[in-house]
Amino acid sequence: MSASGLVGGLKRGLDAPICLTWELTYACNLQCVHCLSSSGVRDPRELTTAEAKALIDELERMQVFYINIGGGEPMVRRDFFELIAYAIDHHVGVKFSTNGTFIDRAAARRLASMDYLDVQISIDGIDAPTNDAVRGQGSYAAARRAMDHLQNAGFGPFKISIVVTRHNVDQLDDFKALANSYGAQLRVTRLRPSGRGAESWHVLHPTADQQRQVYRWLLANGEDVLTGDSFFHLNALGEPLPGLNMCGAGRVVCLIDPIGEVYACPFVLHDQFRAGSVRDNGGFASVWRESELFVSLREPQSAGACASCGSYDACQGGCMAAKFFVGLPLDGPDPECVHGHGEELLASVDAARRPSAGPGHTKPVTLLRARPTAVTR
Amino acid sequence: MTIALDAPYAVDPRVAIRPEAFGALCYHYGNRRLTFLKSRDMVRVVQALAEHATAADALRACGIAEATWPRYADALASLQASEVIRER
Repeated sequence: MSASGLVGGLKRGLDAPICLTWELTYACNLQCVHCLSSSGVRDPRELTTAEAKALIDELERMQVFYINIGGGEPMVRRDFFELIAYAIDHHVGVKFSTNGTFIDRAAARRLASMDYLDVQISIDGIDAPTNDAVRGQGSYAAARRAMDHLQNAGFGPFKISIVVTRHNVDQLDDFKALANSYGAQLRVTRLRPSGRGAESWHVLHPTADQQRQVYRWLLANGEDVLTGDSFFHLNALGEPLPGLNMCGAGRVVCLIDPIGEVYACPFVLHDQFRAGSVRDNGGFASVWRESELFVSLREPQSAGACASCGSYDACQGGCMAAKFFVGLPLDGPDPECVHGHGEELLASVDAARRPSAGPGHTKPVTLLRARPTAVTR
Repeated sequence: MTIALDAPYAVDPRVAIRPEAFGALCYHYGNRRLTFLKSRDMVRVVQALAEHATAADALRACGIAEATWPRYADALASLQASEVIRER
């Protein structure tokens, strides 16, 4: 079977996902402006430890080889270590994504002692000013402390994960050097207008020139750098980037949120892309295999407005989530279409008609207590 | 790149194989690499390797036409390179 035959097979869906993201909690100590799950406060309906273990049992039966754990900040959960140990003991490898705040010396040693565990620390700038503008004050220092602890504990090659924005696109070489200095692997992914990103995307996403810069950089460094296949819309620029070049939503990937809701991918936490719940009768397996949404995503998709474009085979119309949250039709160009077709359309979208940002768990704004002011002097 | 068909092979013990409609997915828990087996015949051959004295015996037992063996030898070589199978 040829590679394109393989992609055809993958698009028709699999018995179990290849890449499953499980957000363990909506609680987070940070409030990143681009958080795709609008995390902040814990949801009282979160899966219990027993429910989480039952889900891991089911993933083991389905032969899901590994899961990507995220949040929120997954280490906030009190049963975090219990759950990852349980998964690994049940042949479900764990890759987890963290802001690093809770990786102190003891936690780093504990993580280093576990097999089949990958850790990914997020930063979005090579220095505190660039990073903290997006992720919050002190977050850069916290992430670097975590990296130091992992290195000192002999964890081995952890991952450093960057979301590309217009403010850090010039730092890609520096990120690579930082990763190399730790013996770490660099992961670079695309900014999506999901969650709180629905607002911040419009001012943070790379400009058209910067997109070409990212493409050239990935072509030069791609084999060495993980991307989660997130830049396939750039393939319209020429030589394809490494990866499967397809949208995996509901076909090879999906998301389980902290309360057990199953969505088509980590970037579409919205009712329209909700396939069911692991708490439903048939459990996760029946949501994955039989839900109306996932079955429909595995049907051949229409190229729509992109059908007449010579690049459609290369870019596949781009990212469904990116289109959805900026209010573009799903069967048209990506907002970051390299030919500029998305930008043109975007200008005509009424901002008020964009979809809601999905289930929000953003912390309520804390009003500073008003200080009594001196009235007279 | 090819392998010696007269040598014995087996699936690496760190590899899990999940059958799928198009063939199978292989995941290596050591190097974390995911590999695709792109046909059901290939899946049968890979799973039969350990039970036969040579790769050629496994191909024969799976009823694979001899004319296509060189293609299988190439595919098995790339599986060996990604540590899905190894000589035993």
